[in-house]
Amino acid sequence: MAPRSRMILGRMAQAIPVVMGVVVISFLLTRALPGDPAAYFAGPAADEASIAQIREELGLDKPLFQQFIYYVSDLSRGDLGTSLTTGQSVLSDLAARLPASLELTLAALLLSCAIAIPLGVLAATRPGTWVDHLCRVLVTAGVSMPTFFTGILLIYVFYYLAGVAPSPLGRLDFIYLSPPHVTGFYLIDAALAGDWETWGGALKQLVLPATTLALFTLAPIARMTRAAMLSALSSDFIRTARAAGLTNRKVLYGYAFRNALLPVVTTLGMVFSFTLGANVLVERVFAWPGIGSYAVEALVVSDYAAVQGFVLAMALLFVALNLVIDIAYALIDPRIGLK
Amino acid sequence: MAEMTASSSQDRSQKGDTSLGHIAYVLRDNPVTMLAFGMLAFFLGCAFFGPALVPYDPLATNAARALEPPSWDHWFGTDNLGRDVFSRVIVATRLDLTISVAAVALSFVIGSVLGAAAGYWGGWLDAVLNRCLDTIMAFPLFVLAMGVLAALGNTVENIIYATAIINIPFYARLVRAEVNIRRNAGFAQAAKLAGNSDIRVLAFHIFPNALPPMMVQVSLNLGWAILNAAGLSFIGLGVRPPTPEWGIMVAEGANFIVSGEWWLAVFPGLWLMLAVFTFNLLGDGLRDIVDPRKRT
Repeated sequence: MAPRSRMILGRMAQAIPVVMGVVVISFLLTRALPGDPAAYFAGPAADEASIAQIREELGLDKPLFQQFIYYVSDLSRGDLGTSLTTGQSVLSDLAARLPASLELTLAALLLSCAIAIPLGVLAATRPGTWVDHLCRVLVTAGVSMPTFFTGILLIYVFYYLAGVAPSPLGRLDFIYLSPPHVTGFYLIDAALAGDWETWGGALKQLVLPATTLALFTLAPIARMTRAAMLSALSSDFIRTARAAGLTNRKVLYGYAFRNALLPVVTTLGMVFSFTLGANVLVERVFAWPGIGSYAVEALVVSDYAAVQGFVLAMALLFVALNLVIDIAYALIDPRIGLK
Repeated sequence: MAEMTASSSQDRSQKGDTSLGHIAYVLRDNPVTMLAFGMLAFFLGCAFFGPALVPYDPLATNAARALEPPSWDHWFGTDNLGRDVFSRVIVATRLDLTISVAAVALSFVIGSVLGAAAGYWGGWLDAVLNRCLDTIMAFPLFVLAMGVLAALGNTVENIIYATAIINIPFYARLVRAEVNIRRNAGFAQAAKLAGNSDIRVLAFHIFPNALPPMMVQVSLNLGWAILNAAGLSFIGLGVRPPTPEWGIMVAEGANFIVSGEWWLAVFPGLWLMLAVFTFNLLGDGLRDIVDPRKRT
């Protein structure tokens, strides 16, 4: 088997114990609920008998290990329980709201990569210039900014003072109809339907929250790009390439940048973890109807099934993303397969 | 004999001079770190003496003077109930710092014990710990904190526990690595041969070597812990109104920002940012002192 595909398979095998650990932890979180879950699910008006009945239905009278088996078999059927607020199954709630969150997260990550990577490269190739200083200021300020505060500042400046941004209420203004559901990403759906007016409306709503998230993720990416580029530029193969008389362009982008990209891709995994957390705050600020604001609403009314479903879904999403990132790493690393 | 003690005390004072001198040298080189220490002193002052010094009672409402913009009477303006925003921001310092310091201290202790044990004895202990840490890190950390809070219940102490749990992996991994590379070092073996028990060698001979990088981690983590705690109370977890706390004040002020009353959210937000910024600067500065190679 080719070393590249063997490495990818090995990496996928590594994800299995992590997924098992995630399931165990989310099971423990469900069972650590304060008070008696059966009494909670039965509602305030329930008497002894109905609580006991619910306890039996939920399998709470069984030993912990058996409960875990029930939990896993429910999970394997995609049953995350029922949300008390919406009355729907948690899985369908999450599925309906996930595209909104993903659209926001991906737009933000694309935006911040598009700014941070060139910024880091420029800062590394021109140390001591204004680009370098700008990079340093952005990096230090970026890690200190609370995301929710950045969002509120942006709303104040662009909505209240400048009046250019639409009101920070959700994904689409009331004057537009949401585009026909294909992928759930409004930008893609509207483009597919050829409805450019709605597309523009959705884009306008997306700009501020995506910028907020992007400002937050800018710092680690720019910092890592700069450091990786600096260390790549000082390595022996760059000196050799320069000595061999290659053009500056070829040295920078053909050799240094490709090697600097590897640690940057690894950092993206960590950045994603922070983004998924920050997403919750940003969705709250902009009333974005994603899974983050769903979880917050559920938390406020103690809708535990929904919260635990959200935590599990986020963890699985993150594990999957890390897997994808590591596979991408294996694909772009020029050294794998050479040995 | 007298000569010997004199020379050894001179040695000691010289040694003290050089490490102090080194710190002074690095600090002179980096005035930003000095600034960070100054800001830290300011925040600590706010936390200790703030509640006694503020001009207004942070909980006293005054409907006649609600939603006033900043003025000489009210430096940061008043909120929708007429409470003085400046007093609330200063008084909140104590709660925010307490939450983050307690959380970081807790994860420091637990992480050190776990990491030191795993690094020193290795074997199955190490393997099990690594698996557990991997699993914690597999969650988006803020989301895990939300889940822990939902499970433990919605109180200030539980914010501390949740923040501590998500910080433990960083400390445990750091200590494990530092202990692991030294467990067979000459000085550790000498200490063992001199009759010290494993625990004693680990605690008094090996572990202190991990402290300098740990201090850097603590400082960076404190800023992050404040952000986390404020984020959790921003979405309505843990701290309950009317308690003054930066995150919750920003959340309350957010409702007024669309109608232009900016001071409600901006001042607590700025204070929060400044506190995080201080700890981050401090962390970078400490790293310069501890590890000159990483200076940028």
